[in-house]
Amino acid sequence: MTAPPATGFGPAFAAVYAGQVSRARTARASLFFVATLQSLGLVLLLRGVVDDGRIAEKQHIVAGSVVLVVGFVALNLLAQRFGLLRAGGALDYYAALPVPPAAVVLGIAASYASFTLPGTAVVGVVGAALYGLPLVHLWVLIPAVAVSGAALAGLGAALGLLAPRPELATVCGQLGMTLVLFLGLVRAERMPGPIRLVRAVMPSSYAVDALAEAFARRPSFGAIAVDLAICAASAVATLTLATVAYRRAVAR
Amino acid sequence: MPAEVGVPTAAAEPVCVVQGLSRRFSSVVANDGVSVSIGPGEVFGVLGPNGAGKSTFVRQVMGLVRPDAGSIMLLGYDVVRRPEVASRVAAYLPQDDVAIGDLAPRRAVELTGRLRGMGRGEARAAAAALADELDLAETADRPIARLSGGQRRLASVATALVGDRRVLVLDEPTTGLDPAARRAVWSAIERRRAAGSTVILVTHNVLEAETVLDRVAVFERGRVIACDTPGRLKAAVSNDVRLDLVWRDEPPWDDPTVARLAEVSEQVGRRWSARLPTDVARAALGELTTGAALAALDDFTLATATLEDVYLALGGVAHDLERT
Repeated sequence: MTAPPATGFGPAFAAVYAGQVSRARTARASLFFVATLQSLGLVLLLRGVVDDGRIAEKQHIVAGSVVLVVGFVALNLLAQRFGLLRAGGALDYYAALPVPPAAVVLGIAASYASFTLPGTAVVGVVGAALYGLPLVHLWVLIPAVAVSGAALAGLGAALGLLAPRPELATVCGQLGMTLVLFLGLVRAERMPGPIRLVRAVMPSSYAVDALAEAFARRPSFGAIAVDLAICAASAVATLTLATVAYRRAVAR
Repeated sequence: MPAEVGVPTAAAEPVCVVQGLSRRFSSVVANDGVSVSIGPGEVFGVLGPNGAGKSTFVRQVMGLVRPDAGSIMLLGYDVVRRPEVASRVAAYLPQDDVAIGDLAPRRAVELTGRLRGMGRGEARAAAAALADELDLAETADRPIARLSGGQRRLASVATALVGDRRVLVLDEPTTGLDPAARRAVWSAIERRRAAGSTVILVTHNVLEAETVLDRVAVFERGRVIACDTPGRLKAAVSNDVRLDLVWRDEPPWDDPTVARLAEVSEQVGRRWSARLPTDVARAALGELTTGAALAALDDFTLATATLEDVYLALGGVAHDLERT
């Protein structure tokens, strides 16, 4: 016997996304503000430290602070959210609806990633102004935030869904955000070998490098494209992992 | 051995047939050989104390938990082999509302409707109709998490009802509701049944079971210990009545009737409750109300058997079934 059809991926994705946007209006706005404020604080504080530094350091500080907003929301907050949903049995709400699992994971991940856009724009503009960096190629921020948002949201969702307890999901999310912070603000060349290796496997590093390059006087768009492509590929991997983790968490 | 399964009176194909369903969580047996058959248009109850395995049972019917053994056929679909099929034919009301807590009820219902495949306008209209039907209009635009417990539950019920599913699986829909809201939910369930839906309703409330259910499976420690209409189940213990006593202060222990009742009653503070054969209860009450013990009595009631008495008569041991 043929079962009635499930809701298609597109409408299901749109409804999940719309639901998260509605949630954000009532419950999450203050946290997005904190995410932006944290990065603004960083660019302000480090302004004094690298006042006479090389331009490359300044580019990385601004780019790293921008991507930190993404790390705070898409990785840290999303890991907490999925940890909470899983622990409370709240995934049953979605699992009992006729929607593809990927639509649930991608809808929630995409919403968290897109919530970071206003904050990243503010940090990018303020940072570039403070450090005297050119704003002409700031448009790179849009694809950089999109791919790093997708990659980190996938990672955050997977951590939240795989962590055996919600407290561990929170710890993992915060550790992940800390990695984004430390690995993003400093150029790879200034890091010791093993740390450089960790930086190489962190998807956010490629978004930072692409964005830092965009703040150069004469950016290499080839390098930007390669970095964004690597970040996009890692987004596919982390979102796939998150979808697998979701299927496992709903225990069908 | 599972208890004998009640069979729907109608000759039509059953909507849900569960056979030998067992599920264990590490050392805890949640369901043990559960077998039931639910007919079309039935409001079928799953009654039992906390921890009896009611929620595990309905979560398996919804394909949310995979059974260790047994079969589940829902509208002819094999839910064990294809768990995702349940969500296409049935709506489920879980016990918690964390997933929708930050949304306003109207928005939560609308989005749930869209996730069940309704168009945007259709879902919006359905959300408005449900807000009216369940008297949610006043709170429909405030976040669910900021509403009272009863209003929160009502909002969740509305999300389960949107989309007009052929089967409704409702896990304790009226927990925390005031009497008026509870009646609104019961009426809404009755309307869905009249329109052809089948309802599987989990409850630990005896009044609810007796008011809205066509048949009820009584769960105890993961097993079905009885399954029949509330009337027939009560008829099985019809010789018994319940004598409830409330003492003003310390009961007069030296009174022989009081001493006798003390041995057979459950006692919670100054409230005593005993299930007794009718003639014994009548005689005991006569002795109490005509003797010196009357001065110590604050209140007393003599009532016919309830489903709680059925549960206890069948060997149930828990005492957390709600009566009101």
